[in-house]
Amino acid sequence: MAEKLLMKGNEVIAEAALRAGCRHYFGYPITPQTEVAHYMAKAMPKINGTFVQAESEVAAINMVYGAAAAGARVLTSSSSPGVSLKQEGISYIAGAELPAVMVNIVRCGPGLGGILPAQCDYFQSVKGGGHGDYKNVVLAPSSVQELYELTVEAFNISDKYRILTIILGDGMLGQMMEAVEFKDKEDIYQDDKKWACTGTKMERESNDVTSIYIQPEILENHNLKLQAKYKKIEENETRVETYNCENADIIVTAYGTVARIVKNVIKMAEKEGIKVGLIRPISLWPFPTAEFEKYAETPKAFLSVELSAGQMVEDVRLAVNGKRPVHFYGRMGGMVPSQKEVLDKIKEILNK
Amino acid sequence: MATVFKKPHALKDLSLHYCPGCTHGIIHRIIAEVIDELEIEGTTIGVSPVGCAYNNYEYFHVDMVQAAHGRAPAVATGIKRVHPDNYVFTYQGDGDLAAIGTAEIIHAATRGEKITTVFVNNAIYGMTSGQMAPTTLMNQVTTTSPFGRKPEIHGFPIKVCELLSQLEGAVYVERTSVHDVKNIRNTKEAIKKAFKVQQANKGFSIVEVLSTCPTNWGLNPIDSLKWLESNMLPFYPLGNFKGKDLEV
Repeated sequence: MAEKLLMKGNEVIAEAALRAGCRHYFGYPITPQTEVAHYMAKAMPKINGTFVQAESEVAAINMVYGAAAAGARVLTSSSSPGVSLKQEGISYIAGAELPAVMVNIVRCGPGLGGILPAQCDYFQSVKGGGHGDYKNVVLAPSSVQELYELTVEAFNISDKYRILTIILGDGMLGQMMEAVEFKDKEDIYQDDKKWACTGTKMERESNDVTSIYIQPEILENHNLKLQAKYKKIEENETRVETYNCENADIIVTAYGTVARIVKNVIKMAEKEGIKVGLIRPISLWPFPTAEFEKYAETPKAFLSVELSAGQMVEDVRLAVNGKRPVHFYGRMGGMVPSQKEVLDKIKEILNK
Repeated sequence: MATVFKKPHALKDLSLHYCPGCTHGIIHRIIAEVIDELEIEGTTIGVSPVGCAYNNYEYFHVDMVQAAHGRAPAVATGIKRVHPDNYVFTYQGDGDLAAIGTAEIIHAATRGEKITTVFVNNAIYGMTSGQMAPTTLMNQVTTTSPFGRKPEIHGFPIKVCELLSQLEGAVYVERTSVHDVKNIRNTKEAIKKAFKVQQANKGFSIVEVLSTCPTNWGLNPIDSLKWLESNMLPFYPLGNFKGKDLEV
């Protein structure tokens, strides 16, 4: 029988990774995600796994790079300033096409900023973050249950496409306790990873894991291969939740914890005779462009609600492509919009 | 007819890209000979640096991972933790190990990671064309210390073996040179011992090898060897700093 437990978001991430077969974790302490490390530090020795507290985020992501190159399912977790430090390694992971999972429990910036919930690292996560033309898969859970399911899924996606998958949450999600129902057995994508560095055992030619290609023709081909892979991921791995969008007066879009607030706004608006739809991107990259295209001419307007100065709204505008006005409402610095604030904004847009 | 000299199996039959007179080739050969003699080719995984040896993964018949500048010890940590029964080595230059990668080497050493580092010190950045390295000698002229390295402007060179031998996790620390046959033999013995220390699961092992850079030193190959002997040896004394009597 499936096991139902009351657990903290960050601990669920760690538990999900273990259930997904991850036996190697490398990280560096930073609030508000450190419980992932606490959980791993306790769990890994009992199952012959590895927990290493690295000397820095830079070292941690490079340990991830090494472990992934060696063929392991590997996890690191951090929060905004730490993730900035990891960008070098993330670019190398993209270039060398290594599978790995990274959690970013986003805090507000810029600089040291604050530890409260924010979505200000959307650009960094979905547009690259480090140097070079590359993508990471970015999944944005909005509940502790989804933290579990998407973390398991992240390992499968990573192995399937040899790519870094980011779980993008915030302190509210990471620190929140909610019921989570675990499956008895996970669906694990099986891959023999013939490319990995495991030692030749004198049975095959040596494997190299590298991201350097000095010849321009070869490097362009490598980039074209990456882009073809990203296109395939766009086709196969886009995830979105659509709610109440048929005949909606306005479609609100939000991801993660903000989407939960919007769901309550929908109920409040209904009482006032306003039909509010919700498009909740679950994969931020690949972005669910097709879903926006499908409903582009349904509402009078779109509204993106974010814990940022307006980042995802740019992708929404590209998807809606001028067919309807796209508005934005956001709070920053760890401030979270109330349901009433969002409803007021909706009424302002609809002139009600 | 008896074969008295051949290419080690662990080294691929390729022309190396290094400049004439550069001693990287000698050090590559030594590593390959050690891998052959210990019969560990099938279980060794190497980590390539950023610097002149960036693509030495192409030269060895072992699985290799190319690392970001300075991060080889962290990458090697990840590999070794996944494959604790394999031999893992990093190959790093002085800019890679003693400047941008200082944190990674110190912490891999102090954690006692069971890896072996071959540290090639030629007192200059080779690949980027002769800039001052953390190991550049006092008064040495480079493209970024054109009037010579001055303590009041550039500070002092780092003695890596002396530094790392203070750490408990670093159990075998030795400095050698490849400027003549005797020292080439000593280097081979040291690298062999370093791999055996790893084999015995004792902790972190490092061999610093003093090396030449004729191109960026502006000297011919023979004068480079002489320059190493007369300038580098007095500042970087050869010998074992730790683990000489370690039973392996």
